[in-house]
Amino acid sequence: MTYDVLILGAGPAGLSAALQCAARGKTALVIGNPPRTSPLSKAERVDNYLGLPRINGRDMLNAFLAHAREAEGIDLLEGRALNAMSLSGVFYVTVGSEVYQGRAVILATGVARARPYPGEAELLGKGVSYCATCDGMLYRGREVVVVGLAQDAPEEAAMLSRIGCKVTYLAPKRPEELDAAIPFIKSGKLSILGEERVEGVLTDDKTLPCQGVFLLRDTIAPAALFPGLSLDGGYIRVDRTMATRLPGVFAAGDCTGLPLQIAKAVGEGQLAAHSAAQWLDAQKK
Amino acid sequence: MAVLHGNEEAFSKILESGEPMLVDFFATWCGPCKMLAPIIEELAADYEGRLHVLKLDTDENQSLAMNYGIMNIPTVVLFQGGNEVDRLVGVLPKESFAQMIDAHL
Repeated sequence: MTYDVLILGAGPAGLSAALQCAARGKTALVIGNPPRTSPLSKAERVDNYLGLPRINGRDMLNAFLAHAREAEGIDLLEGRALNAMSLSGVFYVTVGSEVYQGRAVILATGVARARPYPGEAELLGKGVSYCATCDGMLYRGREVVVVGLAQDAPEEAAMLSRIGCKVTYLAPKRPEELDAAIPFIKSGKLSILGEERVEGVLTDDKTLPCQGVFLLRDTIAPAALFPGLSLDGGYIRVDRTMATRLPGVFAAGDCTGLPLQIAKAVGEGQLAAHSAAQWLDAQKK
Repeated sequence: MAVLHGNEEAFSKILESGEPMLVDFFATWCGPCKMLAPIIEELAADYEGRLHVLKLDTDENQSLAMNYGIMNIPTVVLFQGGNEVDRLVGVLPKESFAQMIDAHL
């Protein structure tokens, strides 16, 4: 099915947008990481949201989620948007091995803190991959490094290992879920080595030879998903209606800039959905 | 010319002819590949009669994928005169593929 709106991000901005989509009679799919990974769920106490003094961040997010789940025409999906494109007036977004369609997009992805590693852009497609499910099979029998920056990275590493890749797992801290049979190296700084192809990674001061590097992050930078976006200091540039420079693509919340506050995210999410609904109605005429 | 779901034999035959050919290395379980499929179909229609458009399943054609150093899917490779002349990796807008094709045809 084609949704009216695809919402990327299940934090305050994305959920507020979903609620407003429902209020305007639009269907929406909210794609986001598990709630426990949201910065809000890690906030011990929130004191500046009107009417809800001294609330715990996790309780607040759960209340937001419950409200959005109740709304008619709104589906929530746990996962990470990996690719996006538009063709003939429809936006396509892939999550794992599935493709979802919508006629408008609201970006509510929060702040992507990850900077690209040295060598990442140069070697993308030459051994650097963001998708273990997609490219894993091409690395059977080879040495691969998984850089585990996402919550579900240990699962993906296990999958790679099962299909026959020789996996080494790199992360700042060993995740509890990581398969005991997978070698782990504690790693902070990292660069990817190779000219024509990935030949290894340099982590702290150790070189690790490999043919593939899987960089598994929680959030893919919106500008990587939609290369035409205009940015301002790393944030997505939007107008007063939360429209980006791409027709049919709106943005809300932390990804549009400071201040990184819940009330601002909720307000922007509502406005973005309102604008998306108007835009959709105008397309029909 | 519609999109041809090819195998090694079909690939070799067109390659030997030297005629221009666009090959989409994909897999059935790859989300981004599914997303690229309609673009490949549109390209096949746009370049009707001027370009062979072939889809190669990397699971069924592992040795071809290995030979051409396919490290990510989807990877789209353009052949002309029996040789690879260009390639693009990942899901990109249709115009990117058209630009690549136009630069060589």
